[in-house]
Amino acid sequence: MTDPNVIIIGAGHNGLACAAYLAKAGKRVTVLEAAAQVGGAAVTREFAPGFKVSACAHLSYLLDARIAKELDLARHGLASARDHLKTVALQRADEHLVLNGGALEAGRVSDADRAALAAHHKSMLKFARVLGKQHNRVPPRLLGGGRSNAIGAALLGWDIRRLGRDDMREFMRVAGINIFDVVEESFESPALKAALAFDAVLGTNLSPRSNNSVLALLHRLSGIASGTTGGVSLPAGGMGAVSEAFAKAATAAGATLRLSTPVKNIALKGDRVSGVVLANGETLSADVVVSNADPKRALFELLGARHLETGFVHRVRHFRTKGMAAKLHLALDSLPEFSRLAASLAGERLVIAPDLVYLEHAFDASKYGDNSPRPALEISIPTVHDRTLAPAGKHVLSAVVQYAPYEPAAGTDAARAQLLENTLGVLEQYAPGIRGKVVASQLLLPADLEREFRLTGGHWHHGELALDQFLMLRPVPGAAQYAMPVTGLYLCGAGAHPGGGVMGCAGKNAAQAVLQAGRA
Amino acid sequence: MNDLMNRKEHYRTAVYPTPFHERTSALNKLNVWHRWKDYTVSDAYYNVALEYAAIRNACAVFDITPMTKHRITGPDALAFLDRLVTRDVSKIKPGRVGYTIWCDDNGRVIDDGTIFHLKPGDYRLCSQERQLEWLDRSAFGFDVKLVEETHDVACLAFQGPTSCAVLKAIGCTGVENLKPFDIGYWPFAGGELMVSRTGFTGDLGYELWTDNSRAVPLWDALFDKGAIHGIRPMGTHALEIARIEAGFLQAHVDFMPADQAIHLDRSRSPFELDLGRLVDFNKPNFNGRRALLEEQKRGSRYRFVRLEIAGNKVAKAAYIYNRERKGEIVGTVTTAAWSPSAKTNIALASLHMPWGRPGDELWADIYYQRELQWSRVMVPCKVVEGAFFDPPRRRATPAADF
Repeated sequence: MTDPNVIIIGAGHNGLACAAYLAKAGKRVTVLEAAAQVGGAAVTREFAPGFKVSACAHLSYLLDARIAKELDLARHGLASARDHLKTVALQRADEHLVLNGGALEAGRVSDADRAALAAHHKSMLKFARVLGKQHNRVPPRLLGGGRSNAIGAALLGWDIRRLGRDDMREFMRVAGINIFDVVEESFESPALKAALAFDAVLGTNLSPRSNNSVLALLHRLSGIASGTTGGVSLPAGGMGAVSEAFAKAATAAGATLRLSTPVKNIALKGDRVSGVVLANGETLSADVVVSNADPKRALFELLGARHLETGFVHRVRHFRTKGMAAKLHLALDSLPEFSRLAASLAGERLVIAPDLVYLEHAFDASKYGDNSPRPALEISIPTVHDRTLAPAGKHVLSAVVQYAPYEPAAGTDAARAQLLENTLGVLEQYAPGIRGKVVASQLLLPADLEREFRLTGGHWHHGELALDQFLMLRPVPGAAQYAMPVTGLYLCGAGAHPGGGVMGCAGKNAAQAVLQAGRA
Repeated sequence: MNDLMNRKEHYRTAVYPTPFHERTSALNKLNVWHRWKDYTVSDAYYNVALEYAAIRNACAVFDITPMTKHRITGPDALAFLDRLVTRDVSKIKPGRVGYTIWCDDNGRVIDDGTIFHLKPGDYRLCSQERQLEWLDRSAFGFDVKLVEETHDVACLAFQGPTSCAVLKAIGCTGVENLKPFDIGYWPFAGGELMVSRTGFTGDLGYELWTDNSRAVPLWDALFDKGAIHGIRPMGTHALEIARIEAGFLQAHVDFMPADQAIHLDRSRSPFELDLGRLVDFNKPNFNGRRALLEEQKRGSRYRFVRLEIAGNKVAKAAYIYNRERKGEIVGTVTTAAWSPSAKTNIALASLHMPWGRPGDELWADIYYQRELQWSRVMVPCKVVEGAFFDPPRRRATPAADF
């Protein structure tokens, strides 16, 4: 073998981004994907005849603008069906709240709340920008690591310090605490409090009162804050189109893509990787193997804990990966009618989280292995803006449903049926008659997400985004710089910094770590 | 003990008697005891000097039942151990024992102990510290079964030049052919006695293993047949002198177990404990390997040495200086004793690198008390290689009767 050869396991958007950057740098890159299509958890799939949906992630709000430009994703087909989606917090009896960033476009709240909303949004964006600046950096090591490491740590400190004294103090105060306390401090309207708090717990294993929920919110906002174009947006053709664009960028740069090619294990020669063995028995050799698969899958199933050290294995085992969010897909024979909601707003981001207690109660059930009796929902009806996803006149409703425990006490099948029923019950309250429009439905529990998207624990961020699993602690201390302890093995997925969300940064940073190691 | 645990009654008794207690307590004329893990054991029975003398001149029995013992079985037992410890476990054949150490990910020593390869694929790991949690964590990804069997095995260290003769007399025919670190099995009192040629004294000696019900019969057999061979019980004080003479390490005394050290700096790597011979880098992976390879490139921080110290003042906890006057501190003594067999003042010490090279001047700063009056001497010391007392009978096979 002459050239160093790189194998990337998994054609999620991060794996593809990593492939694109490495191929552009002249590496011979092969991407191996177990599924028949690229995208990992950012895919568009048909779930009922003629009805397609973004099967896991369903809105784009973190895609890194710089990466989109460097990889020329627009030229590779990435287009938006709709940018800057507003958030409509649906109410049972009252006027719905329509939020557009820090502005309230509709809804009955006090003037004090309007002012507080503007201030809250501004400071959250400011803090989120600090996180956004870290997206494209390899996190510093906690111990050792030499000069470049010291610079990395200093840059992080500097970004925080540069907020100014008061904002720095506020950032340090709120980053680790819970969104419940923060919204209680500033707002009067229960509806507004809940709408803001919901964004902090969406997709997490947290309730509004859980610590770290502010951090989860800042992470969610970090893309928008640091210059993602388009805000919360709906890619034309669904999230799968984003992955397709990454795939085209990677292949255009010279990477080879092999679909339906599951990897059985990562092969070692002595103490370094030598390639992979495919499920079909074929062996591919490589100096570098980059895993877009989640850390536990990569290290325990593909590599094997025995090739790692006890302390490291112990830390990775405790990387929290249990998902708490389910995904609902409804095929509808016509556009649902939400009470008192103008049809023009049906394609916005609709949220059902009427108050904080509702959210807490929804979470409580999940703590004990039960589905939320009345789940909180983030709803998107992409077919309002994108007619490619459903037959003429028909619609698709996609919703994130919280909370759904990873190990339901009732068993997976019973829990799936029950949560579907609970969710339709909630929807029916806000959109009477919606049940009658349902042609087909699909509900994916965390266990389903785990199986279908190969996400250990079913967490769509590969692992909880909390302070102890963030930055130089993601996924675990000693492995936050993309390189794993085994020479030649890297992580490039959401389990690595900067974490979940379709942004591409983990893939790009991992590529840089590979290139840097090659130079050393 | 396990029975107590099963009935959840174990907590009612803080410290347990060992299965030999009936006999050891009767012989413990000084009535001094201390707690060793879950058990009470004797510091000394009648006279430390005479107990020590029995180790070197006759034979002495020491109750090691409290030593932590684990049974490791299952298809991956060897692979598990090879990843756990620094040495190549595949070289420890069935019927053999290997001394080993194990490290954390930072390449710092957690503990030392012995691996008994009892039968093919069936191992016993004896350790100074409790290790079940570390073993359990280490077992993830391996098909192994771990059982702590500390309470199920009664064991005695039986050390000294006449020990082989006594074992033959109690029925261990052919025991003299056991080589150091060999294991043999003999029928005993309707059950089985396992004999390993191992010990903590650096002398000819054995360790005897049986089930709890045969503990007292074993003791009685030894003392019955051993009377004419000068058999004596010994406590930890006498053993301590012997182990220092042999140059053996003791956790919490000569090194801080890495998993219990709060400051990373206070733990030691194998190289820093003069145990580099136990590290086999030919294995592709074991706990601490990467850090230890790095240490080899970068250099170690400490050197572990055996010191011969001038004079007769025991250099307990002494600082080591590089000059008699106005020198700098280059290390500390971890253990010290007057060696009755080597007839010299000895110590184990941890020195900062690069000190301890041949030709380096070293001075021990010894504080000692006479009639409550503290005094101090600064005496020269020199690094010696190997054990302070290393009689040929320690290794001679077949073992002689003496």
